[in-house]
Amino acid sequence: MKLSQLEIGQNAIIQKVECSNDLKQRFYSFGIIKGATIEVEAISLAKNTIEILVEDTSIGIRVEEAKSIEVEMI
Amino acid sequence: MKPMRIILAGQPNVGKSSLINAMSNSRLKVGNFSGVTVEKTEICFEHHCHQIEMIDLPGTYSINGFSQEELVARNYLLNEEYDVIINVIDSTHLTRNLLLTLELQNLNKKMVLALNMYDEARNEGIHIDAKQIEAITGIPTIAVSANTKEGIDELLDTVHHIYDDEKRLKSKISYSDAIEDTIFKVRKFLDEKNYKYKDLSTREMSIKLLIEDKEFFKEIHDKPIFMELQPLLVKSMKKIYSYYETKDIVDIQSQEYHSIARGIRAETLKREDKKPPKKLTKKIDEILINKFAGIPIFLFFMWGLFQLTFELGAIPMDYIDAGFSWLGDAVGQSVSHEGLRSLIVDGIIAGVGAVVLFLPNIIILYIGIALLETTGYMSRVAFLLDGFFHKFGLHGKSFIPLVTGFGCSVPAYMATRTLKNEKDRLITLFIIGFMSCGAKLPVYVLFAGAFFAPEVAGNVLFYIYIAGALLGLVMAKVLRLTIFKGDDEPFVMEMPKYRLPTLKLIYIIVSQKAWSYLKKAGTFILAATILIWFASNYPKHESGNASLQLEHSYLGQTGKLSEPFFAPLGFDWKLAVALETGLAAKEVVVATLGILYNIENEVDEESDQLLSAIKEQIPFATAVSFIVFIMIYLPCFAASMVFAKEAGGYKYLGYLFIFTTTVAWIMSFIAYNITLAII
Repeated sequence: MKLSQLEIGQNAIIQKVECSNDLKQRFYSFGIIKGATIEVEAISLAKNTIEILVEDTSIGIRVEEAKSIEVEMI
Repeated sequence: MKPMRIILAGQPNVGKSSLINAMSNSRLKVGNFSGVTVEKTEICFEHHCHQIEMIDLPGTYSINGFSQEELVARNYLLNEEYDVIINVIDSTHLTRNLLLTLELQNLNKKMVLALNMYDEARNEGIHIDAKQIEAITGIPTIAVSANTKEGIDELLDTVHHIYDDEKRLKSKISYSDAIEDTIFKVRKFLDEKNYKYKDLSTREMSIKLLIEDKEFFKEIHDKPIFMELQPLLVKSMKKIYSYYETKDIVDIQSQEYHSIARGIRAETLKREDKKPPKKLTKKIDEILINKFAGIPIFLFFMWGLFQLTFELGAIPMDYIDAGFSWLGDAVGQSVSHEGLRSLIVDGIIAGVGAVVLFLPNIIILYIGIALLETTGYMSRVAFLLDGFFHKFGLHGKSFIPLVTGFGCSVPAYMATRTLKNEKDRLITLFIIGFMSCGAKLPVYVLFAGAFFAPEVAGNVLFYIYIAGALLGLVMAKVLRLTIFKGDDEPFVMEMPKYRLPTLKLIYIIVSQKAWSYLKKAGTFILAATILIWFASNYPKHESGNASLQLEHSYLGQTGKLSEPFFAPLGFDWKLAVALETGLAAKEVVVATLGILYNIENEVDEESDQLLSAIKEQIPFATAVSFIVFIMIYLPCFAASMVFAKEAGGYKYLGYLFIFTTTVAWIMSFIAYNITLAII
């Protein structure tokens, strides 16, 4: 499933990141990489942005970008 | 002696600027959201009789990226001359910060690792073995805290020591077997060929080949050795590709760095289970970025800030006002020469007084903005508003320069550098002017005060700001759909931990801004005031009648010349003149109005006088139209220069002039006629 499909409080492991190199580089520098564990912390009104926790860092991501991250729920 | 050049590199929000402060007590802006330090800052101080120069690079998560800041940082690191890099790390986010360290290490420069915020980490129950990190990476590592000053001396000693050392310490990091195997083979080949490049070891050269370092490839590509090297490289890379199941070197590099960073963390960091980290931040976030409450809370904060600016600011204003009129009286009595007295009292004291009068308002506004920045709330607001902003063709991050624009357009223009996408950046640059800056506040306060009761004036002020901001958003959409079509930047942004700024920090930020405002009043605005005074008093009219004098002065002539252009908006030549002088600086608008409307009242320059003069002499519809024009037209001279620099050329300033003047004229025309129709 996609990261964008998770609800608040759910945990998941990243399986695949598929997007442009530019965006990929940015994801990587935040620790958003295959095998990393994430937790959804918050979702904004109308679900435009979601906040996830990766390795002690909270990161805000736009839903469109979150669609490029494949995850498996745990 | 040549100064020792130290570069501070690190990710955003790691406290680089605070660390520079701690090392040198300099005045530097320190913020808690991504991208405060957008300028290269150099400071000097004495340590061990060494002249030291510090360069604070913009915070970047990586130096391989494409954003403006990442490019600035990378270009500086690659092309400039410097002696030592201090890689500043947030001890509470070790793994992520080490990723940048690994990238920096492949630059093969002298480097020191500063584990900053060590006091905070300790409070969270985190212990890091700095010596162990040093043993694994080969980079001297010091635990420091900019807050408590611990480790600062040790850090400076280490930097000093490394600087004096002739030899550069080599990296001790080992990669995965597949990569080490390749490094070994390539290195052996380079050793056999006895190949030399700068001060690099053959191992370092091999790594450069593996990470596809453009510069090194260019260097070696033209050498005969490349003929034999190429097949070896191709063969080795194939092995690596199959090991990692991808041919994307960015993927491979990231995976590799991640596993090394995690490995270092596992071996050096111990966490006590005394309390789960981030609890407080999470609790606060549950309210502040709550789905439903988040945006109303933010709007409430903004509304409160503007109320405070107006209500609280009014108290010291009365005293300043009284002070300047007393000064005008006192000086006026002691100067006998009429022309000179007029220059000092009506020109200088009245003009500068009108500017200083608004200092309390501006200080309050800046305190508010400084709090937004330093607590980390600004990033949350970007998170909340991205959906909204995105609809207008803007990026959630545009919010940061836009809000800064309410303070002053100059730093706002510079803050747009955090936007990676060129079009996002240009659109944001073009609409920053719609966010009324602090210098426009005096004009609004004056007019709101003249036409509305004190109880509602604060609300009117708030609506003026909101109207400007909304118009800016609409214009952003218009620009996005017409001139700047194209893709926008992805939104991936760190939400830093909430931090309570120290009073000293707020004091430093606000006093810096207040001083620069006053300095502007003392120099630029003073000069402009004298010029306006001269232009309004000369050539001398024979009649001696004050209003006739003004009408026939240089200033009056200029205003009259442009009157036809402004006539459909309801402006007379006086208001036209005020607008024109406002091109120099917005503060001058009030000063000009002061001179133009208080002319018959020679001694008393109190703003109450100006207030009632405006109330009597300017029709309400004209006032509305004037406010709208002020809100939209070209920012001050200084800001315009910065705009041209940030946008990438003076031709953009030309576009901005045409854009803002056209919009201002049309909107004022509409506002004028609607107000006329209603009343």
